[in-house]
Amino acid sequence: MSYDNELYQQVILDHNKKPRNFREMPEATHSCHGFNPLCGDDYTVYLKINAEDVIEDVSFMGSGCAISKASSSLMTGFLKGKKVDETKMVFGEFHKMVLGEMDPDQQEHHLGKLALFKGIREFPSRIKCASLSWHSMIGALEKDETITTE
Amino acid sequence: MPDTDTLTTAKPPFDVDQIRAEFPVLSQTVHGKPLIYLDNAATTQKPRRVIEKVRQFDSEEYGTVRRGSYRLSERATQMFEDVRHKVAGLFNAASHKEIIFTSGTTQAINLVAYSFGKAFVKAGDEIIISNIEHHANTVPWQVLCEDRGAHLKVIPVNDRGELIMEEYQKLLSPKTRIVSVNHVSNALGTVNPIKEITRLAHEAGAKVLIDGAQSTPHMKIDVQDIDCDFYTFSGHKMYAPSGIGGLYGKYDVLKEMPPYVTGGDMIRHVTLEKTLYADPPARFEAGTPAITQVMGLGEAIDYLQEIGLDKIAEYEHALLEYGTRLLSEIDGLNIVGTAAHKASILSFHIDVIHPHDVVTLLDQDGIAVRGGHHCAQPTMQRFCVPATTRASASFYNKYEELDVLAASVRRAIKLFS
Repeated sequence: MSYDNELYQQVILDHNKKPRNFREMPEATHSCHGFNPLCGDDYTVYLKINAEDVIEDVSFMGSGCAISKASSSLMTGFLKGKKVDETKMVFGEFHKMVLGEMDPDQQEHHLGKLALFKGIREFPSRIKCASLSWHSMIGALEKDETITTE
Repeated sequence: MPDTDTLTTAKPPFDVDQIRAEFPVLSQTVHGKPLIYLDNAATTQKPRRVIEKVRQFDSEEYGTVRRGSYRLSERATQMFEDVRHKVAGLFNAASHKEIIFTSGTTQAINLVAYSFGKAFVKAGDEIIISNIEHHANTVPWQVLCEDRGAHLKVIPVNDRGELIMEEYQKLLSPKTRIVSVNHVSNALGTVNPIKEITRLAHEAGAKVLIDGAQSTPHMKIDVQDIDCDFYTFSGHKMYAPSGIGGLYGKYDVLKEMPPYVTGGDMIRHVTLEKTLYADPPARFEAGTPAITQVMGLGEAIDYLQEIGLDKIAEYEHALLEYGTRLLSEIDGLNIVGTAAHKASILSFHIDVIHPHDVVTLLDQDGIAVRGGHHCAQPTMQRFCVPATTRASASFYNKYEELDVLAASVRRAIKLFS
């Protein structure tokens, strides 16, 4: 009865069902709307960054598939309390992992449990689902209002 | 709730296993499971004889058409024009001169929107489409309306996905220049009453285009009986190669229309000052056409006619009814598009799973279905869903494959519940 792939793991299914930090943030210092016109995934990522460049709070709102929602949820949990510089480095690692350019089982990384998205590399059409909110988060840091992935 | 064990299945009017054996693609496995190809509304697989025809033509008979006066070219030209006659025969056009080869339905509709629009649509005029059109039958008209200062009117649909004909009649007016609707909706499967739509449009003095991309693989088409002014089709959805399709147009209408794309082969005489255009269909076929693909199209038409489009329609309808009953039994699944008249398209929405996750999970079971807005975002907006999962059956599909589909959907729902 089990599926022989690592994509829909229990953690991902759980975060899809009960997304964490799933709320708007009126007091956000940074936000960005991310949209994939091909599949309709649509999320806004909110960040509250203090004077020391630390992410004090992070949240997201929107709709889309289980992969995009779980990835957004896990991302927000991971980023809380991190320095801005660190988030950019982790984004780079995450991006390489989902593209299959970095194997978290073989190489050193700072992804923690985000490494469970490594199975996505077997599903090229779903890579953008996993990375959409990461792109939005970077867009927010760079003061973009909207980003799209195509 | 009907019990699956008691579901009756009508005996197919042909040997489906024998038909499947003619499609090499179908015999493979995907993720270790037999491929179940149910994305036929997007594109159809090719029978061996079409594949072989293309190979044989390119290997032995390839030459330019309508240009050379040597043996190869003359023979290729003859074969090319023979296919035009075949298309005319397939759709019962009054003349082969009414058949224009295009890359497919998208280009055919763009041709009409541009050319007919340029000649006949002016500021304040109106164009009517429906709420369940493919983007290919929406965007060209939006562009034309913007360009000419015309207005786009939209026929609404009811909750079953059927056009509301009373509302359509209210939209028709002396300002209506053209009505452009699909014969079969790609997103919902609705079969539209195109004969009645055409009659009413003609009463109002408007021309009619029928987008036949989804209908032509499933049923017999008689353009003279429909009486439409234009009818479009896409070869790749009717077991022919991609990159070829066409436009039927009444000759009297076509001959009043200016060229769409200009260049070689669509002229009568060119000087540096002025060009006289050729008559239709050549006027609308600038440049070297998709010669090899046309040969494949001709072979696909022979194939479909040998099986019989009536038999195809009968069996695909049986598949639709069987699939509809199987999916209706699944809790949490809603079929989107429940028109009384439908082609074998099953679009559905599952409360707990996004269509893209459904597609990925079904793929694990070897099933190829489409998830998304099906290039029909206004349709999705009408039914308040971001996207649907769509299973579309062909005469090479089997009842058993729909059983696997239903079981796979249940398994996906279980995982997400």
